[in-house]
Amino acid sequence: MAEVSEQTILAGLGEIVEEIVGVPAADVTPEKNFIDDLDIDSLSMVEIAVAAQDKFEVEIPDDELKNLRTVQDVIDYVQGLAAKA
Amino acid sequence: MSRTKVVVTGLGASTPLGGDVASTWSALLAGESGVSTLPWDNLDTLPVKFAAQAAVEPADSGVLAKPRLRRMDRSQQFALIAAIEAMKDAGYGYGEEGGLTVDPDRLGVVVSSGIGGLHSALDNYDVYREKGWRRVSPFTVPMLMPNGSAAHVGLEFNATAGIHALVSACASSAEAIGYGIDMIRSGRADVVIAGGTEACIHPLQMASFGAMRAMSTRNDAPELASRPYDKARDGFVLGEGSAILILESEEFARARGAKINAIASGVGYSADGYDMVQPPEDGSGQAKAMQRCLKDAGLEPSQIVHVNAHGTSTPAGDVAELNGIKLALGEQAHKVSITATKSMTGHLLGGAGALESLITILSLREGLVPAVVNLENLDDAVDLDIVHGEPRKLPDGPAAALNNSFGFGGHNVTVAFERAL
Repeated sequence: MAEVSEQTILAGLGEIVEEIVGVPAADVTPEKNFIDDLDIDSLSMVEIAVAAQDKFEVEIPDDELKNLRTVQDVIDYVQGLAAKA
Repeated sequence: MSRTKVVVTGLGASTPLGGDVASTWSALLAGESGVSTLPWDNLDTLPVKFAAQAAVEPADSGVLAKPRLRRMDRSQQFALIAAIEAMKDAGYGYGEEGGLTVDPDRLGVVVSSGIGGLHSALDNYDVYREKGWRRVSPFTVPMLMPNGSAAHVGLEFNATAGIHALVSACASSAEAIGYGIDMIRSGRADVVIAGGTEACIHPLQMASFGAMRAMSTRNDAPELASRPYDKARDGFVLGEGSAILILESEEFARARGAKINAIASGVGYSADGYDMVQPPEDGSGQAKAMQRCLKDAGLEPSQIVHVNAHGTSTPAGDVAELNGIKLALGEQAHKVSITATKSMTGHLLGGAGALESLITILSLREGLVPAVVNLENLDDAVDLDIVHGEPRKLPDGPAAALNNSFGFGGHNVTVAFERAL
């Protein structure tokens, strides 16, 4: 896949989080921790991950999910996959 | 020691007649029908093409935000919306508005569904078949489990005395009210959010109840289809929605100066021991539930002025219940006014007992019994006083009423209420 900019991922992730848990997209900033800062529960996190996979056309294995604690973690992960591709 | 008296301090509902209690009640008094043709494109494939759909879509109620709704089954959405209305009606604070709260350890929840999250189960099965397991919502299990509504209500109000969901088909939410009364009597809770919900207007249910030949097939005139006690009745009409009561110990309610809608006097249970889906013609099993209810409530048949019947508009069921009322009340059976409000609301299955208990409470409180609609030619087998034409005024002063709910499986539940004076 082509390289995706941090801004694109951030904006896409914001849309997903707003749609799924109702947290305003503007609050989804890189330093935020999904559980502690955005109050997202474990089942919603699964839903967000699946939506992110569809949106960014990447595969996020279940084992990897627990490592994606902050918004920046997701950005790095998606960009890392893009770089490898 | 005298037994703890239980009172009803709050009411909430989302029904085919209205999105709340006030609109539902005024539609009942006006004799409106909540039944209409379904807006589906596969009606040609179904034996029954109509139902009593909720008057207000959960998303349009303004009570719950979209992200909340998407992780709840439709049946759970109705239950939570009704529970919030009921708690506010009882004078409890809610959400950011703040206000009076209950000690969580003294707050219980009993909210039933007869079927559970049918839409969620089937929708996600479709997702699985079309897109694979990874696309199935991680909320599918809490959305389809029959205790999901009780759990959502319990979490919303932080009820830690216990959360329960009794299941007995169309008697489920009458049983929920009975269990709620018992929680308070036994000292487990001071306040219980009790009721039921259902949302299973889905092609599978139209097909499966249709396959049982249990539903009306009056496809050319849906609003005339639910017609208890009428000669031309041909089955029940499926409905959806929820009704919730706030039950409290009288002492607790009076101490906080709560408004008291009625006294929840008692409950009686029985099982027919006869057939999976048919009652015996003489209504003897149902009579036992009514008699046990009177005993539990400490009431004599002569004190009963009104019965809100299960009356689903099935040819056999309506008459069997009237036979049961005669067995249970004796001479008094001919003096009580009887209504069957499913003629307007359709049959809410697991939500029916709670909705009709709520209507019974309002009938006592307001002194008015809604009339059965579509009753054009009374069945020859009916010799009791069925309210029709217009609402019936109840006598002033002390009055008690019964609400009957019966479920597939042979479950019979009767709940008694008395007017608060």
